[in-house]
Amino acid sequence: MTYFSDVGALARKDLLLELRAKETLPSMLLFVIATLTIFHFALPRGTSDAAALGLLWAALIFTALLGLTRAFVAEREQGMFDALVLAPCDRSAIWLGKALAVLTFLVAAEVVALPAFAAFFSGLNGRTVAAVALADVGIATVGTLFGAMAVAGRARELLLPLLFLPMAIPIVVGGVGGYLWFLAGYDAIFAVLSWAAFEYVVSET
Amino acid sequence: MIAARGLAKRYGDRRVFAGVDLELAAGGFLLVTGPNGSGKTTLLRVLAGLAAPTAGELRLPERHTVGYLGHEPLVYRELSPLENLTLFGRLYRLPERAERIGMLLERFGLWEARHERVSTFSRGMQQRLGLCRVLLHEPALLLLDEPYNALDAQGAELLDALFDEPRTWIVATHEPQRVERHATERLAFA
Repeated sequence: MTYFSDVGALARKDLLLELRAKETLPSMLLFVIATLTIFHFALPRGTSDAAALGLLWAALIFTALLGLTRAFVAEREQGMFDALVLAPCDRSAIWLGKALAVLTFLVAAEVVALPAFAAFFSGLNGRTVAAVALADVGIATVGTLFGAMAVAGRARELLLPLLFLPMAIPIVVGGVGGYLWFLAGYDAIFAVLSWAAFEYVVSET
Repeated sequence: MIAARGLAKRYGDRRVFAGVDLELAAGGFLLVTGPNGSGKTTLLRVLAGLAAPTAGELRLPERHTVGYLGHEPLVYRELSPLENLTLFGRLYRLPERAERIGMLLERFGLWEARHERVSTFSRGMQQRLGLCRVLLHEPALLLLDEPYNALDAQGAELLDALFDEPRTWIVATHEPQRVERHATERLAFA
């Protein structure tokens, strides 16, 4: 129970930071709505639903990337990794707390983005919404790990897309195809791998 | 409490320090001095367990018994002092968190500002909060890197008084005269 209490405290901290700074979520919302609007006018009339769905996934992945770029800003700029890794909590709790916060931002952005997509293009079916929900878990878990890795590097703005986008390809494949079991499997495998790997990402010792 | 033999640290081709031997018993005070860029900060990070040495043997105490204050106060600027200390109090599983936090904020003159965002604080107030954070879990070993940075006269006196407490101290400073009388061990980088 202590582990989840640590995760809760860390996730709450990230949500509070965003509530105060209001930097990540407004940027994500603006980006995804602007992207969908551009797609709406860029696509010719009569474009198939499948093509529109592909664009939805592209918009969601790049919106997530925007959020992930900001995920560790406080830790990077204020040196907070040092304080967090010295605390006696399990270091994976830092990853899980951050991943939960990222997941919250993704869901909040999609609460606006999905109805906007339905209005601009074709309606949404339950399978697509379920696929987006499953994809969010994968994006948050893998993206948070890569976000932490990128923070340590000098070219972090370049490093995160280079690490994250190849790993997002299976998510797009599963999402566009509506392969829910595939997405669930991706989530399970990469959540465990990210959970186990985080210790080595934040620790030089 | 801490023992090191032949400790060295390199970043690529650049040697930060090498051949550091030290032994610091519980209750001891290691004063680390040297010019800018001589390796004091890196040594403290290695001794805090935040960086791995490139060579040498090192024996460190348990992580939860260590407190580390670097050049930054290591607090979240968009949170208040109370929120920062409550977060770390939870992570350190302090049983009587509120009392301990209240006592530290009073002691370092931050009680009145406990609900204000740290981003509105002067650098000296942030340093005081950094000291509160590092003392929160009553660490047996405290590593302080330039702790007098940005502190006003009153803040510096509060810090002076802190060194009378029975702990193990490792302090890197450009003001060695302030802590000289406490030092049981000395390490001077060239």
